[in-house]
Amino acid sequence: MRAILRNVSLRSLRVWRRDLDVYLTNWKTEFLPPLSEPVLYVFAFGFGLGSLIHTIHYEGRELTYLRFMAPGIVAVAIMFWSYFETTYSSFVRMYYQRTFDAILATPLLVEDVILGELLWGATKAVIASTIMLGMLALLGLVTWPSALWVIPLSAVAGVLFSALGLVVTSVTKNISSFNLPMFLMIMPMFMFSGTFFPVSILPKWALVIAWCLPLTHVSYLVRAAVLGWPRGPLAVSAVYVAVLAVVLSALALRLMKRRLIQ
Amino acid sequence: MNPAAIIARELTKRYGELEAVRGVSFEVGSGEVVGFLGPNGAGKTTTVRMLCCFLPPTSGTASIHGLDVRERPRDVKWLLGVCPQEDNLDPDFDVLKNLLVYGRYFGLPGRIVRRRALELLEFVALSDKTHVPIQALSGGMKRRLILARALLNEPRVLILDEPTTGLDPQARHAIWTRIRSLRAHGTTVLLTTHYMEEATQLCDRVVVMDDGKILLEGAPLDLVEREVGRTVVEAWNYGEEFVHFMRALPGRLEEVGDRLYFYPKEGDHIERLFEERFPHQERLIRRATLEDVFLKLTGRALRD
Repeated sequence: MRAILRNVSLRSLRVWRRDLDVYLTNWKTEFLPPLSEPVLYVFAFGFGLGSLIHTIHYEGRELTYLRFMAPGIVAVAIMFWSYFETTYSSFVRMYYQRTFDAILATPLLVEDVILGELLWGATKAVIASTIMLGMLALLGLVTWPSALWVIPLSAVAGVLFSALGLVVTSVTKNISSFNLPMFLMIMPMFMFSGTFFPVSILPKWALVIAWCLPLTHVSYLVRAAVLGWPRGPLAVSAVYVAVLAVVLSALALRLMKRRLIQ
Repeated sequence: MNPAAIIARELTKRYGELEAVRGVSFEVGSGEVVGFLGPNGAGKTTTVRMLCCFLPPTSGTASIHGLDVRERPRDVKWLLGVCPQEDNLDPDFDVLKNLLVYGRYFGLPGRIVRRRALELLEFVALSDKTHVPIQALSGGMKRRLILARALLNEPRVLILDEPTTGLDPQARHAIWTRIRSLRAHGTTVLLTTHYMEEATQLCDRVVVMDDGKILLEGAPLDLVEREVGRTVVEAWNYGEEFVHFMRALPGRLEEVGDRLYFYPKEGDHIERLFEERFPHQERLIRRATLEDVFLKLTGRALRD
């Protein structure tokens, strides 16, 4: 552990700042997806599917399907925005643009590059979830002030999914290989993590698997915050997400370092 | 203070079975311009990458102004300006922003970076391209911008990995002019190149590498004189009789394809000798160059 942390420093923020600068250059196109995504989801699943389902039982109470689903899409956005950033986008910077090589000719070290990318992936999760929260608030689907918990939560969960993305990137030879973990890991997580229906209706064996998935805990926590409804073992989920974020970050540092120094 | 800018001792890089660099030792003095020559796969770039702290050496040591590349990578990289072989300018930014962001990686204050960036764009004749996107630059312009970028931290040692490969003659000469002017200001330069003319024009000293080892080093013209002499005779469309005649002369004879190369021990009278004996033989008598040394040392077989 000490060996992994040896060269970690605040200089990584210079790498983070580079990515932020690019983001701000293209802010018009970057802002559009998180603005439009919740509207699409709400129309398709909320109004479309919701008109068939009406109400749903969750944690001992009854609520409309739309209210149940809205926090789910925020949780999904946290995962997608950070995971995509450190897989496809980081890979483009590393492999096609050779941006990392250029950075490594300066006093920055491999650890700074990796940590900068990790923090930037988490930042994108925070930006996206904050914008989406605002949009859902306009649709009257958010309870304040408890919903503000989503922001720190998206930062920690953003680190978790960014680190997961970097772990995948570190063993990926070419960009089309990202399809495999996408369909084997990310898509199942997207659908079976209590995002669009409560995990409690799953059969017992599937329930056990579902509670191992980090997104299940993230959507559970986001839902509690957005509904203003703190029920159940929230602290357990919070600790699980935080521990996983730390463990995956350490693993990402180790594996990406091996990948970058050849 | 150590007068040597770069010291490498028994520097080795191994990838599994493959030994890319096998125990090279050399020094580059402060203010010296040294060229590393060698065919593809000779180990030049691997050596350079170890000096730049990109690659940890398998064994041996290297230091820049007394700082060990393995122990003090951040400090070493403060002293270096690096021009990589391939273009790694940031395509997400325009010309000026590329320099500003790069300066920020060094932690230099924005005000200073901006001033230096504008001066350097002037130096590499890109002042009128300040806000042009990278994609719109020609190959030569990109190279010049990479050179400007490498100078942003006012490096004491400049490392150029094939700085002019793939450039047209104008662009190449433009880079050479800049390197000469840097040399005049006392910057230490280590460059790798495939172009013998480049090495002859720019370098105080050249190091010839092949197969991960250093074969030879010295001042370009001394090397030529020592290894092949002053004169080279090339002949084509020749007969048996001519070959016999050449064999009898003191010197080294080499037949490559349809061409005969002769490196005479004593080149002064060779012209007159030909005029008397083979006045109609098609031939070229020229000064020996670094390229002759290179081919003599590393052979004429193709390297891939």
